[in-house]
Order: sequence, then C-alpha cells, then structure tokens
Amino acid sequence: MTERLDGPQAPSQDGAPSPRADTPKKFRLGPSPAIAIVFLLPAAILLGIWVVYPIVYSIFRSLFDASGSVFVGVENFTTIFTDRGTLVTIRNNLIWVIVAPILVTVLGLLFAVLTERIKWSTAFKLIVFMPMAVSLMAAGVIFRLVYEQDPDKGLANAVLTTVNDTFSSSQGYPDARPREGDASPVAAKDGGVATKQPAQAGQPVLIPLVGIKANTMPTNAAPALANPPPGGLSGTVWFDFTPGGQGTSGAVDPQEKGLPGMTVEAVKDGQVAATTTTAANGTFRFDGLAAGSYEVRLPQTNFTAPYRGLNWLGEALITPAIIGAFIWVWAGFAMVLISAGLAAIPRDSLEAARIDGATEWQVFRKITIPLLSPVLLVVFVTMIINTLKVFDLVFIIAPASVQPQSNVIALEMWRVSFGGGNNQGLGSALAVFLLILVLPFMIMNVRRFRREER
Amino acid sequence: MATATATVERGVHAGAPKRGLLSRGVDKLGGGAVQVVMILIGLFWLVPTLGLLVVSMRSVAVNNAEGWWTIFTKPAELTLANYSNLLATGFTASFWNTIAITVPTTILVIGIAAMAAYAFAWMDFPGRDLLFLIVVGLLIVPIQVALIPMASFYGGTGMFGSIPSVVLFHVAFGLPFAIFLLRNFFVGIPASLLEAARMDGAPEWKIFASIVFPLGKPAIASLGIFQFLWVWNDMLIALVFANPDSQPMTKALQSQMRQFGNNIDILSSGAFLSLIIPLILFFAFQRYFVQGMMAGSVK
Repeated sequence: MTERLDGPQAPSQDGAPSPRADTPKKFRLGPSPAIAIVFLLPAAILLGIWVVYPIVYSIFRSLFDASGSVFVGVENFTTIFTDRGTLVTIRNNLIWVIVAPILVTVLGLLFAVLTERIKWSTAFKLIVFMPMAVSLMAAGVIFRLVYEQDPDKGLANAVLTTVNDTFSSSQGYPDARPREGDASPVAAKDGGVATKQPAQAGQPVLIPLVGIKANTMPTNAAPALANPPPGGLSGTVWFDFTPGGQGTSGAVDPQEKGLPGMTVEAVKDGQVAATTTTAANGTFRFDGLAAGSYEVRLPQTNFTAPYRGLNWLGEALITPAIIGAFIWVWAGFAMVLISAGLAAIPRDSLEAARIDGATEWQVFRKITIPLLSPVLLVVFVTMIINTLKVFDLVFIIAPASVQPQSNVIALEMWRVSFGGGNNQGLGSALAVFLLILVLPFMIMNVRRFRREER
Repeated sequence: MATATATVERGVHAGAPKRGLLSRGVDKLGGGAVQVVMILIGLFWLVPTLGLLVVSMRSVAVNNAEGWWTIFTKPAELTLANYSNLLATGFTASFWNTIAITVPTTILVIGIAAMAAYAFAWMDFPGRDLLFLIVVGLLIVPIQVALIPMASFYGGTGMFGSIPSVVLFHVAFGLPFAIFLLRNFFVGIPASLLEAARMDGAPEWKIFASIVFPLGKPAIASLGIFQFLWVWNDMLIALVFANPDSQPMTKALQSQMRQFGNNIDILSSGAFLSLIIPLILFFAFQRYFVQGMMAGSVK
C-alpha cells in the first residue's frame, strides 16, 4: 500500500485495504506508468476534448450574451427562471420526473412478477423489451400514428370510440332537425324531436329530418322504407331530402335514406313507456307496448355529436401522451432488470414465509419488495436521469403547434441554440442547468461505486 | 438443513389441507386471469409497431381514408410502392451515412475503451482510482453540455457537417460507459494468466491483444451491440452536427415530420427501414444486449 501514490482517493481511510488496491501488489513485473499512459491516451484525449473541455466551456459561455461578446453574469440563468417559455419547460420536466419513473418502475415490477406465472415468459419479455432496440425517432412516428385524432386513423381513439359505442348506441346526428312549418308531422322539443300528434299502433309514424351533411351520414344507411311490416307501434325515421330538389316533403321518396341507430321513445303522460332503435332502413317498432296513443320522440342524445375520442396531441394531453410512449419504450428495461433481481431472491425465504401462513400479498410486501429495493432504486434513478434528458420523443410526437406546451429543457436547449433561437448564451445556461440537475445522481453513482469497490 | 426440511414437511401436512386445495383453485382461476392480462399487455406492446408496418405498406390515399387495422379484411391493399418511392428520394444515401457513422464509431469505442479498461484493471499508475472515478462520473453527463462548445470547435477546425465530426462526438460520449463496462469485466480475468505472461516477458500490447481482448469477448460483444444500437438510433447529435450530405436516417426522417399526414408514406417506410436492422440485431443477440444493459446500469 505504501508505494501507491493514489493521492486523495487512496482507499485506505478506514484501514481496510480494498481488494482492488491489492491486485497491483501481486505484480512484481507490472508495467511502468509510461505504458499505462500509452494505453490511456486515446481515451483521455477524446474525453478531454469532447466531454471535459465542453463542460468548462459551457459554464463560461453561459455567463455571456447571445453574441458571446458581452459578459452578463447570471442573467441567462435568471432568464431560465423568469421567462414564461422556459418556466413551462421546467414545469413539464417536473411532471416527467414525478410521473414517468414511478410508472415505469411499478409496471416493470408488475411485469416481472407476472411473467413468473406464465409459460411463455420469454416471448413476453422479448415483446415488451423490443422497443429498447428501436430508435426514439421511430417510436415517435409509431406513436404519432397511434395518437392521430381521427378515430378512423389513430388506434388510441379507435379503441376509445369502439368502447364508448359499445356502451352507448346513439349514432349521433348533430345537424339533423325537423323541417320548419306546419306541414311537418314532427317538431323540435326539449333538444330532441317529437311527433305533433299522438300515434297509435297500425298507423306508421313518419319522422322526416333534414340538415344532415353527407359526411356525417352513416355508411350503413339503406333506402328508407315507408311502410314497416305491420304490427305494434312502428314507423320510419329518414333523411327527407332528395338530391336535385325533387321529392315531396314529408313523404318517403325513392332516393331517400333511412337514419339507422336512432333512439326512439314512446311516451305516455310524460313517462317513457318503451325505447327502441331504428334499423338500417330507418324503420322502428315498439314490441309489447300496451295499446293506446303515444307521443313518439327522438331524445336529445341522438343529436349530440358522436364521441370522437380524445385530442391526444392537443395542448391538454400532449405531455401525458408522450409519457405513454416513454413508458412503452422503457418498461421492458425495468422489467428485465427487476426480473433478474427477482431470480436472485432465495426461494427458501419466500417458501418459509408462505408456510408460516403469510398471504401472497404479505410475502410480496414484506419480503420480495425489501429484497428488490436495490434493483428498484437503480431502475428508478436511471429513469429520473432519462426523463431529465428526454428530447427525441417530445420533438417527434408533439406537432409544431403544441411544442411550446410540451417543451422540455433538453429540447428548449436545442431550440434556442440551433433550432432557430440562435442564443448560445441561453443555450449554454440551459445545458449547465441540465448538468446541475443530473449532478446529484452523478455523485450518487460515484459514491455507490466506491462503496462497492471497497 | 435436514431439520429445516423436516419441519417444512410436517408444517405442510399439519396445516389445513383444505386451504391448500382452495388456494390451488384460486391459483388456477388467477392463472387464467394472469394469462389474459399478459396477452393484452403483449398486444399493447406489439400492435403499435405492427401498425407502423401496415401503414408503411399502404398508399397515402388508403391511409388517409381508413385505419390500418382494416387490413385484416382487405389484405389486397398491401403494396411496396412506398418503399420504392422512398428509395427514389435519395433515402439510400442517408442509410449509407447511418452505416458510415455507426460502424466506425462502434469499432473505435471498443478499441479505445478496451485499451483504457485494461490499463484501469491491470496496470498500476498514480491517480488510477481517481481517474476511474472521474470516468464513472462522466457516465451520465448530458450530451447537451457539449453541443455548443463542439459546434464552435468544429466550426473553427472546418470539420462541421462531416461524418468524422459526428463519429468522434459519438465515440467520446460512448467511452465512459464502455470503459466502465470493460474494466469491470477485465478485473475478473484470473491474475495468474497475466502474471505468467508478464513473467515470460511478454510486452503489454501483446498481453492485451492475445489474452485480455480474447477473454473479454462476451463483454465486448455486449458493448458492441449496445454501442451500435445507440449510435444507429441517435437523432440529437446528427441533428446538430450532420449536414444534408452526411445526415443519417434519423435526421433525414425528422426533416419530413412537419407535414406528417402528407409524408406518411415516406415517414412510415423510412422509420420501418431504420428499425429493421436494430430489430434483427436485437433478436439475434438479445442475450448480449441484456447482459450489457445490466452491467451498464451501475449495479
């Protein structure tokens, strides 16, 4: 130990020599330091010029203005904390750091535990881990497609509208309305449409509507049928408009189409006695309705716009949407690391606890989690660092119009220095700010490494 | 040990066997639910990429008219036209640029880092531990810190926009991880092997080339895959330092993002082309990939 000249880092403060410090002693024939320098030189030059020098340069550069000629002190840093644009980036990074690492770690843990219970765990791990190999650029394109607003193009909204339509059957005719005037058998009422005269069974109820735009007409609409098969209270709801202006108002003409999916109610004394839905040709029939006269009405729900899903790429949801893509990319990383940690847990201790009568949840909570905590911490910290540096996904997924709302520090740094801002003073300050944010984790890494080497 | 097993067995038999049956039943039911949940999660992870593949194989008109999932009822709409159009736009050049950036970077990182890692692992020199701690510290330096300084450095030396400028930047920022990974692996090489060679008077470069490097192959393979994918998938460094002649695929595609809807043919086919090689590598070498990732995540 005495001949070692390690300087301040000599790992002998506690008197216990480290195994690492011992290895060189075994080398009576070890090479001279000059040879070590030859082996280290290429790495030292590259790290010196490309990593260490830029850190020093950036710190100095951050104290100068956009042109680089005027010393402005900490003005660039005050700008970061006062400018509304950069404050939004800090807020967004804060959301990222609070939300994403927890979600990734929890999902990774969940997947790791669940894969132990399926036979095809290798296939599952490969699938979930696969996004790790894909560029964030490609992942961005993939999720731009998923988040497309139009439910006929974007998968996310296609799923949402399908789920929604399963629970509410209304087709949605936002522009449909009855014809004005006395000739029309129906009139607007309470936001819906109702017959003016009470209707009885055996006499078809005609409900003509107008104002429907061609692009909102359902694709399954069939030519309207004026006389539905007899029996019970029945009728037809149709689009009373013949292109070219021919056709008779209030009568079903050959070219006119039924309005499918319309909810129809039979009402007596203000009470809904029966509800039904129109078929593709617009006909409806109330089965099992007591004889008598009813008011037939189309409730308001028919005339609200159909559910079109969420505006994922709009101002409000853009950050959660991008965090979703981030989770898709990183959950596999967390899962694989945590799986390895799970595999290292001695089965005996789990079995012993189970035999002692502990429930699965207690075993998980009191034994698995504490034993996993070092791995969980590594995953969590790695994700914090990643979220602080997040750039590609935001840059690719957020459309240009909402980029100010979804902006993050790393992206803002690129934007002000290279992407048109042309203010390398502020850019350097943002880079230094980013460095300061990861500094605690850098120190943590170094300390943990020293502890493990000892 | 024997007594412990005996207690365990007695415990099992003495415990309520009914409860065992019951919990097994619950396990079976739960097992079914777990299967379903896992299949759904698997689909969730698989389907978006599948969507990209289908979109890349349909015309813009079809893509604008209907969702890619309609392909299950209309498989006839598939076409490779987007890919041939893409190759006609000069995308091939950016593909070769990606290779011209990725391959030299990977080789340089492995060579330079292996040399340094060997010195850190098996040579004695003043300040060794401090220097290595600095390398550990540099592991997570954000590359943003070096963008502006190196842009002005490259501007001053006339390197700006060239492929070597991009490669060297990648190499430097790949080194801390590479040195860390390889040094930790090299330390595990049996000292007796090296000592014997040194006793025989073998020069250091020979020990490095004929003992350390071959023995380090598993770690070098992990590092190689990781480094290759990292550089292949980079966008930020290319965005700043590459010009239209030296740009890799990621930058070429990024420049098309502004008109996402109109360029979906080029974007989807380009994105899929850019990810097909990483995917092949990933499936072929996933073991090394996983090992490298675990070793790199500072245990």
